[in-house]
Amino acid sequence: MYEGAIQDLIDELGRLPGVGPKSAQRIAFHILSADPTDVKRLAVALQRVKEQVRFCTTCFNVAEAEQCRICRDPRRHDDVLCVVEEPKDVVAVERTGEFRGRYHVLGGAINPLEGIGPDHLKIRELMARLADGSVKELILATDPNTEGEATATYLALLVKPMGLAVTRLASGLPVGGDLEYADEITLGRAFEGRRAI
Amino acid sequence: MAQAGTVTRSPAGPVGAGWHNRRVNGWRAKLYRDDAVVLRGQKLGESDRIITLFTRRHGRIRAVAKGVRRTTSKFGARLEPFGHVDVQVAEGRSLHSVSQVEAIDLYGKRFIDDYPRYTTASAIAETAERLTPIEEEPALRLFLLTLGALRVLAEGLHTSSLVLDSYLLRAMALAGWAPALEECAVCGTEGQHRAFSVPAGGCVCQDCRPPGAAHPSPATLQLMAALATGDWPVADSSEAGPRREAAGLVAAHLQWHLERGLRSLPLVDRSSPKTSPTRGADENQRSTDGDLA
Repeated sequence: MYEGAIQDLIDELGRLPGVGPKSAQRIAFHILSADPTDVKRLAVALQRVKEQVRFCTTCFNVAEAEQCRICRDPRRHDDVLCVVEEPKDVVAVERTGEFRGRYHVLGGAINPLEGIGPDHLKIRELMARLADGSVKELILATDPNTEGEATATYLALLVKPMGLAVTRLASGLPVGGDLEYADEITLGRAFEGRRAI
Repeated sequence: MAQAGTVTRSPAGPVGAGWHNRRVNGWRAKLYRDDAVVLRGQKLGESDRIITLFTRRHGRIRAVAKGVRRTTSKFGARLEPFGHVDVQVAEGRSLHSVSQVEAIDLYGKRFIDDYPRYTTASAIAETAERLTPIEEEPALRLFLLTLGALRVLAEGLHTSSLVLDSYLLRAMALAGWAPALEECAVCGTEGQHRAFSVPAGGCVCQDCRPPGAAHPSPATLQLMAALATGDWPVADSSEAGPRREAAGLVAAHLQWHLERGLRSLPLVDRSSPKTSPTRGADENQRSTDGDLA
């Protein structure tokens, strides 16, 4: 146990996800020996993130204004909406450079084991966005795991009566991998989703 | 990757046979193989998961599966919830780790396109977890019951809500909390009694009936008895009203004994007819290992 400020810093860092007591101690001593301007910059960044960052009122992505950068962008297509679980999924899709539509962040996936049902997600808000009829295609880009797939199934059933095209991201083989190393489920999905060339 | 290191499979062949040793991080880890139902996965760190497994011989265990959240993971797909897998586990000082997984039957992939079955499977998995409070304490009969319930649910032999209520009644019976349906829960007088009291432990006669006891219809009590004994022709032919009433009583009885509510139970979707019986009731009668029927 250390005294005073250093122990407080170790305790606070130790509360962060994925940071154990040893890592917390290492980071604390790194901060102690770091340049004061670097530390100040970190402190300001921490403060700013809590004070300025909020959720976009339209898509629930992280934003520094009432609407996020993507919702404000007039060049984005209004007729295609991509549904993702978390704001970090928006970043992952944006990195592809393939999608020019808009997003809707659910804030998670339906997971009864964790007590997360449809009412805990931004599904009601999604339905409200779809109600005006401007969206022609809904892309369900939830995670390719049991919870994500079940959430996509739930949403597909919910929006089916609205008559818009509902698509799901393809599952299959990672680029650069060898076929022999693919597990049977991924390979099976790749076969199901094969396309003519 | 979790497959690092040389792992020798049991020469004896069958699942769960034999122990092996492997050197992990400078100390000898015990390795064992068992078949298991994946109950749940929780995110850990950057790309790992803590997997809760209900194993045949080692009861409920929690083990780290390294790198399974990466798209390049070799066995992440096999550790998705509700799968029946053959797993190799390395014992650790605090948490075990999963070193190899083979799929036996991945029921989860049959639930993901059917929301009522997904929520039902979640309630089954949570119940199994809650009824095995002590880790590594074998619970073979509950394991077989859980496996059978997921199998029946995956095959779509019966309405998902009936499968769930049958599972809950039988799981409670294994835990020693079976509701009295053929006799008075207080005095033991045999016969069909009309009142049902959760605190008393089931049906109660007129003399023993405590204040606030429910008065379910005879059809509801008949359905509950059929679900508890696996009389599927009777259960499948039941009406919506008794099904609803029986589901309420079963849930109340379970949560009374568990003392803390199941998180998944209020989220179970009992509305959709998508999982209605697809085959004749007679050919549904199965007596295979662990089957609910």
